[in-house]
Amino acid sequence: MKNAAPLELHVPEPPARPGEVPDFGWLKIAPAGSVARPDIATPPHEMRGHAYTLIRVLDERGAASGPWDPKLDAETLRRGLRTMMLTRAYDERMFRAQRQGKTSFYMRCTGEEAIGVAQAMALDDRDMVFPTYRLQGLLIARGWPLIEMMNQVFSNTRDRLKGRQMPVLYASREARFFSIAGNLATHLPEAVGWAMASAIKHDNRIAAGWIGEGSTAEGDFHHALTFASVYRAPVVLNIVNNQYAISTFQRIAGGEESTFAARALGYGLPALRVDGNDFLAVYAATRWAADRARTNFGPTVIELVTYRASAHSTSDDPSKYRSAEEPGRWPLGDPIARLSGHLARLGEWSEERQAQLATELDGEVLAIQREAESYGTLASGPHHSPATMFEDVFKEMPWHLRRQRQEMGS
Amino acid sequence: MPRMNMVQALNSAMDVMMARDQNVVVFGEDVGYFGGVFRCTEGLQKKYGRDRAFDTPIAESGILAAAIGMGVYGLRPVVEIQFADYIYPATDQLVSTAARLRYRSAGAFTAPITVRAPCGGGIFGGQTHSQSPEAIFTHVCGLKTVIPSNPYDAKGLLISAIEDDDPVIFLEPKRIYNGPFDGHHDRPVTPWSEHPASEVPAGHYTVSLGEAACVRQGEQVTVLAYGTMVHVALAGAEEAGVDAEILDLRTLIPLDIETIVASVGKTGRCLIVHEATRTSGFGAELAALVQEHCFYALEAPIVRITGWDTPYPHALEWDYFPGPRRVAEGLKKVMAD
Repeated sequence: MKNAAPLELHVPEPPARPGEVPDFGWLKIAPAGSVARPDIATPPHEMRGHAYTLIRVLDERGAASGPWDPKLDAETLRRGLRTMMLTRAYDERMFRAQRQGKTSFYMRCTGEEAIGVAQAMALDDRDMVFPTYRLQGLLIARGWPLIEMMNQVFSNTRDRLKGRQMPVLYASREARFFSIAGNLATHLPEAVGWAMASAIKHDNRIAAGWIGEGSTAEGDFHHALTFASVYRAPVVLNIVNNQYAISTFQRIAGGEESTFAARALGYGLPALRVDGNDFLAVYAATRWAADRARTNFGPTVIELVTYRASAHSTSDDPSKYRSAEEPGRWPLGDPIARLSGHLARLGEWSEERQAQLATELDGEVLAIQREAESYGTLASGPHHSPATMFEDVFKEMPWHLRRQRQEMGS
Repeated sequence: MPRMNMVQALNSAMDVMMARDQNVVVFGEDVGYFGGVFRCTEGLQKKYGRDRAFDTPIAESGILAAAIGMGVYGLRPVVEIQFADYIYPATDQLVSTAARLRYRSAGAFTAPITVRAPCGGGIFGGQTHSQSPEAIFTHVCGLKTVIPSNPYDAKGLLISAIEDDDPVIFLEPKRIYNGPFDGHHDRPVTPWSEHPASEVPAGHYTVSLGEAACVRQGEQVTVLAYGTMVHVALAGAEEAGVDAEILDLRTLIPLDIETIVASVGKTGRCLIVHEATRTSGFGAELAALVQEHCFYALEAPIVRITGWDTPYPHALEWDYFPGPRRVAEGLKKVMAD
């Protein structure tokens, strides 16, 4: 051992920093249609390979193929496309509103729209979802009114959350959309708990949770997998691998030596690694996992491989840590362009209709935004009355909060 | 009326609630088949089935998260953290979700959970099986914190906690599970059966959260205590020969401020006793409240008798524990001015 080199600490780096040439050569892309689709009853140990491959249905030319093709009719596909486009239009308007100083913060899901939208469509509307942020597509796809979402973003007088939560941390009991945690990962084992309760009550509803690849490093991710596995909870656990946790490339979260889907294997859970920008693959994988959960075969982990095309949030500047060319080089493309191309290839869509729809949706969003602003914005008010601050800490307000409310003078 | 020790009373509370409400489920480490390391959940799995009383992995955060998720579904989970000292891994779940879910969702989602945890020393548990972390929870807005001092209250308070729609931290002083303990560790152990509070109704009843109990009426000084320290305070007052009014707070949040203010208003003096470490302990909050509400009635500075600001030392447990001698000294001090 005398001549051994001194120890060196390995600190993973992304392939390219600003000014360098982006390279996604490390991402192994299985050809569309090439990955087998196991029966939902398949024991996890017989499908371990699915944690290391990439389930894809749509190829580069927009053709769908292989056993994962969910064979959705054109109308359903157009509904998916429209919802993704509505999500993007909403994001662009809210982003601009933040830049205009109307609210404090916003997060776009640009490039990740297939995840929320296709998954909402693959799940039952009665299933309970425990999302992380950047899943506005899920809420929109469930038909939750944009006006409600905007009221939350503007923290105005109609904000159901009474101005208590940062923009985008939505919650809706009616949409079965759990309150988004501003800290990370706590909701994932809570999703498992909800699913356990559903099983205890012999219900037929399942739960689904989402977590970013960055927060899989949190302990709660592992608690979620342990409890899901131990109690065979009817839950779908999604890892949205969009390559970045703010500025931190996924390798720092542990993505260099393995896939995030493969985390499931140590827990004896089945894992599917999916092209997250392929609407059809995302839909099919989610449906597979949901069917599996609903028929008592237990949980599934899905890694959705995607790319965060815009900044982490309005407080972030990606040019400081990644190449400006990188988003354009992402090899799995854009989910809206890919589904639109597929529909066009089927003769069910055209560039003209695409452009027309985009204009129509932007107008729709703008009209709703005007209405939302009429109820107030964070910047100029009006807001909920300060006295409401003391409500909902407890079901009934104890004396010390009543006293503090008086002390505040409202 | 049946006689019960605290373990039996707690078990009875869960039994009664599991029979009354199909949404009550009980789980935690060693809680299922075995019935818990302190036997509080004994027999519940056999009676109510594996899906209503079950063992969990050693993951306090996972236990709390599962309970919260179940609460969101509509169940009323009662979870056991084996020792209060083990609760720290669950802090994020408690602080960021359990305590704030009602607030952050404006009432759309709630976590009606009860978190039971044995606390306090006196059993040679060393620094990882003896802590009294109540002030950590009282500092988190949105949690209720309860600490019973006898079997009757333990059952009535636990039923109230389970029925409560807010999350409740239910701390059980483990030294008094099997008998009241006045701090004289060198004397023979007294069983609960000789204590009037061991008469516990077999069925359903409640002791309201937020109501203190006066366990000894007196004129000269008010002693604020909870848990094991209620019994130590009684012994300390007797040894000091002081006519003390001793209040068992029972619930720290919400706090029964009216009873405290009325008593200190009457006596003009106040001694605060807790087993937890002193600095930023719940006694600090009590002292602040007493001076805010009763300053002009006070005839002497408020005195605190507490655990020292050190970890709980194993072999030196009885030097650490604020026993009756220290309480008596505290009483003499508050009476001297």
